[in-house]
Amino acid sequence: MTFQGYLRKDGKAGARNYVAVIPSVVCSNEVVEAIVQNTVMTQGIIHHQGCCQTPPDLERITDCLVKIGENPNVGASLIVSLGCEGVDTDRLEAALRATGKPVERINIQELGGTSAAIQAGIDAAQRLVLAISGQQRAAVDLSNFTMGIKCGASDTTSGVASNPVIGYVADKVVEAGGTVIFGETTEFIGAEHILQRRAKDERVASEIARIVTEMEDRAKAVGVDMRKGQPTPGNIAGGLSTIEEKSLGAIVKSGTKTIEGVIGYTEAPRGKGLWIKDSPGREIELLSGMAVGGADLILFSTGRGAPQGFPVVPVIKICGNPLTYARMDKDMDVNAGLIVTGEKSIEEVGEEVLAMLLRVASGETTKGESIKYTKSMDFYCLGPVI
Amino acid sequence: MQELEKAIKNHEADNVATLFGEVKAGARVRVLDKKGSAVEMTVKDDIPYGHKIALAPIAKGQEVTKYGEEIGVATAAIAAGEHVHVHNIDSIRGRGDWAKKGEAR
Repeated sequence: MTFQGYLRKDGKAGARNYVAVIPSVVCSNEVVEAIVQNTVMTQGIIHHQGCCQTPPDLERITDCLVKIGENPNVGASLIVSLGCEGVDTDRLEAALRATGKPVERINIQELGGTSAAIQAGIDAAQRLVLAISGQQRAAVDLSNFTMGIKCGASDTTSGVASNPVIGYVADKVVEAGGTVIFGETTEFIGAEHILQRRAKDERVASEIARIVTEMEDRAKAVGVDMRKGQPTPGNIAGGLSTIEEKSLGAIVKSGTKTIEGVIGYTEAPRGKGLWIKDSPGREIELLSGMAVGGADLILFSTGRGAPQGFPVVPVIKICGNPLTYARMDKDMDVNAGLIVTGEKSIEEVGEEVLAMLLRVASGETTKGESIKYTKSMDFYCLGPVI
Repeated sequence: MQELEKAIKNHEADNVATLFGEVKAGARVRVLDKKGSAVEMTVKDDIPYGHKIALAPIAKGQEVTKYGEEIGVATAAIAAGEHVHVHNIDSIRGRGDWAKKGEAR
């Protein structure tokens, strides 16, 4: 199985070829937005971190920004630094240069402020766009492809329709030699025993138990029932009563293959096949975690209608609820609700999604991309803002 | 006659089914299992789209089972055909409130 991708020096292949305009800290976001508005092929990596955080979190943000620049959908990077942030911008720049992709860096304080930085940033972004815009797509085997998967704004159709469809496609991608990442550790609670049975070995099984215990303990430490936080009020209105019910429906999207290992939030899979990323359930941090893990594309299942996209990674929306699809068909790419109504089988919709995945990986635009719903991101931190 | 709304029983061990339709108390629904065989039953409450109904009586404290797995415990006795949701089942996971009260689980 092949798609038309941008082959990168590390052997990975991109579904897109963007200039990532990367604020090293929240304070650079305004400049980044102005640069992106005035250029083509650019995407801003708008986040709200990078200063006044504990050292482990600052390390974490630096690692995440490096990994976004390394993502195969990024052809070049422009780092927009304020000048006094906690993120290690020297390490960020050095790591991005090591990828062999073009990199530029500007410093707002040194350039004389916001307007001067916007001008210098547009010039720098223009140079990067011109440097990579001539790159051509070529046929690439799916073994060079990484897919992220996610479910959001779930209801009870997610577990019977849209998540089984993603599970079907995840199995196909793994069988074709590709890589699949799934996360949302919170939504393993009550279903971890099933995932453990699919672990490659004892060590991976115990890693799964560890991340679930840590996530549950973090929620319990607040001293309340986590219901309403997870499952969310929307999940509950949709008929999901408990985290266990949500989890059992959620893990279906990981398919049936062996779980090769567990990776941390800032890590990418260490090999091919199916991997778990320790990550929370909320969309913005989860989608970012998938991009950090090197995802070319994300399959996103929903029941109530989650519209989120991501700056540099196309997100295909698969809707399990036929009523939601009818209401939100300009956000939802695939109507898996036809499974609930008995008009189509999981396999039929699965094959449709697999075909769409190859087209989108080769350049076709998703509904969310076409209306620029692509800015929902932030990074998941563990410590406080200080 | 109008076609009955459908509920899906995901696993043979389940004591609840998920209704993909919206019905009023007293309505008849068709409960389909994985193999496609169906039984009819009467619901006792108004049930919103995507919500669960009890397939058999569930005692207070008994496990509620969907996908063949525990999804919570009943906090009240539930009769067959009743709406099963947050008002009559509780999660046993993520219960920081139990830890606070010092309940050992």
